[in-house]
Amino acid sequence: MITLSNVTKIYKAASGNVTAVDHVNLHVAEGEIFGIIGYSGAGKSSLLRLLNGLEKPTSGEVIVDGKDMGKISGSELRQARQQIGMIFQHFNLLWSRTVRENIAFPLEIAGVPKEERQKRVDELIQLVGLEGREDAYPSQLSGGQKQRVGIARALANRPKVLLCDEATSALDPQTTDSILDLLVDINQRLGLTIVLITHEMHVIRKICDRVAVMENGKIVEMGEVLQVFRKPEQPITKRFVKQVTEPEETKEAIAHLFDQYPNGKLVQLTFVGDSTEQPLITQLIRQFDLTVNILQGKISQTHHGAYGVLFVHLAGADDAIERALAFMRQQQVEVEVMASE
Amino acid sequence: MNSLFPNVQWETIWAATSETLYMTGMAVVATFILGIILGLLLFLTAKGNIWENKLANTVISSVVNIFRSIPFIILIILLIPFTKVIVGTILGANAALPALIIGAAPFYARMVEIALREIDKGVMEAAKAMGATTAQIIWKVLIPESLPALISGITVTAIALVGYTAMAGVVGAGGLGNLAYLEGFQRNHNDVTFVATVLILVIVFIIQFIGDFVTSKIDKR
Repeated sequence: MITLSNVTKIYKAASGNVTAVDHVNLHVAEGEIFGIIGYSGAGKSSLLRLLNGLEKPTSGEVIVDGKDMGKISGSELRQARQQIGMIFQHFNLLWSRTVRENIAFPLEIAGVPKEERQKRVDELIQLVGLEGREDAYPSQLSGGQKQRVGIARALANRPKVLLCDEATSALDPQTTDSILDLLVDINQRLGLTIVLITHEMHVIRKICDRVAVMENGKIVEMGEVLQVFRKPEQPITKRFVKQVTEPEETKEAIAHLFDQYPNGKLVQLTFVGDSTEQPLITQLIRQFDLTVNILQGKISQTHHGAYGVLFVHLAGADDAIERALAFMRQQQVEVEVMASE
Repeated sequence: MNSLFPNVQWETIWAATSETLYMTGMAVVATFILGIILGLLLFLTAKGNIWENKLANTVISSVVNIFRSIPFIILIILLIPFTKVIVGTILGANAALPALIIGAAPFYARMVEIALREIDKGVMEAAKAMGATTAQIIWKVLIPESLPALISGITVTAIALVGYTAMAGVVGAGGLGNLAYLEGFQRNHNDVTFVATVLILVIVFIIQFIGDFVTSKIDKR
């Protein structure tokens, strides 16, 4: 559905050129939810805007639904854009229009006749769950409701692709989850391809099929979400993964534990998919002569299965610990022995 | 009444009032249209906008600044040949219109430009992302989204125009200013000047009231 080949975007500025997107290659399949994560200034916003021609690539090719978004212009570009919905961090609704009129806006642009427009708006209001708020103005809505209007508006012309620009970053955690659920629902019901950018790993974990990590305009890591969670390779990816797997106080707690347990080993276990359901700890205790102390644990659900992290302390004879580690490594579990700092 | 205002001929007063209203009304309508066109051009040709064009922007901006800087009373005199050509006379209410419009439109154009700049860039981006044409962006985004500011701007401009009509009156355009000057000042009939002033104040208050009312009605933010 979307293919980027060797795409570079350079902004010319008085203080020198800024490379926002640097030789990016990317393919997003039809019906996929693809996430791009990075800190602000990583170039993800520019990358997203290349997909609907709001920005033109300096070099390289951006193909969306068979159209070269960097080359087409005029009415051809406007037609193509009607097939690509977009939602925004700050919603970007027209305050002068009611919910109904805001959703009708892209239909007016596309020249849909009035009667059909009203029918379509009613469908969309149902789809995003805004019944009863049709005649409210944006200023009377909550953030979550505004984003629902944004989504309805983006879907009005039955696009094939939906671009989400930090769509949940201005929302509280609960509202974020309800909007993410809505996106998954739309993706499954309409078979829509979704590309989203975010700086929250939570968003990636919850709904994405695949993820690309961006840093300084480059994609430094890309893969299926569960794989990236299990084996993050780049330091920046590890930092993002920690956002969801490690509660903030973990570091302090671990430091404290090294003082408390000078003997034995502190081990971080990472479970993915089915392995999260194995009674691993029970097996450890039964098979080896060890004391196992569970220090901290967390299981996160991703779009494609569970992902868990467990911190345990193993105490006992050195060779028993070694054998236990070897056993665990055979069980589809990532094992990392933590060293004291 | 007659003992209080011995020199006031009420019929003349009403005639002058309706002339003032006519001049103000016509000038406001023309200024509104011309000012919005100029303001849109200023906004759209500015850096980073749809019709970014440095040359056009500089030219329009200079013209606006020049006409905004000329004191109105001088502008009237400078425009006499122009008025003669397009209106055919330099006397009467219609003869005042070219100067009123040329004097007020650049002033209003700047207010329009400021109002348009206040619009959230994200909303324009959203419209572009939906495949809107420039005309659609102007009619469906720029004007509706800046309407409260456009209305409060034209209110201020209309009040300035009432003042301009009084000045135009001095050089033969008719209206309350003309009456206050000829009847009141030159013949030393202070009661006429007083009545004309009160009526001008009433007109100004009414304009302000209407402007505020409309602005608050359409502002849904």
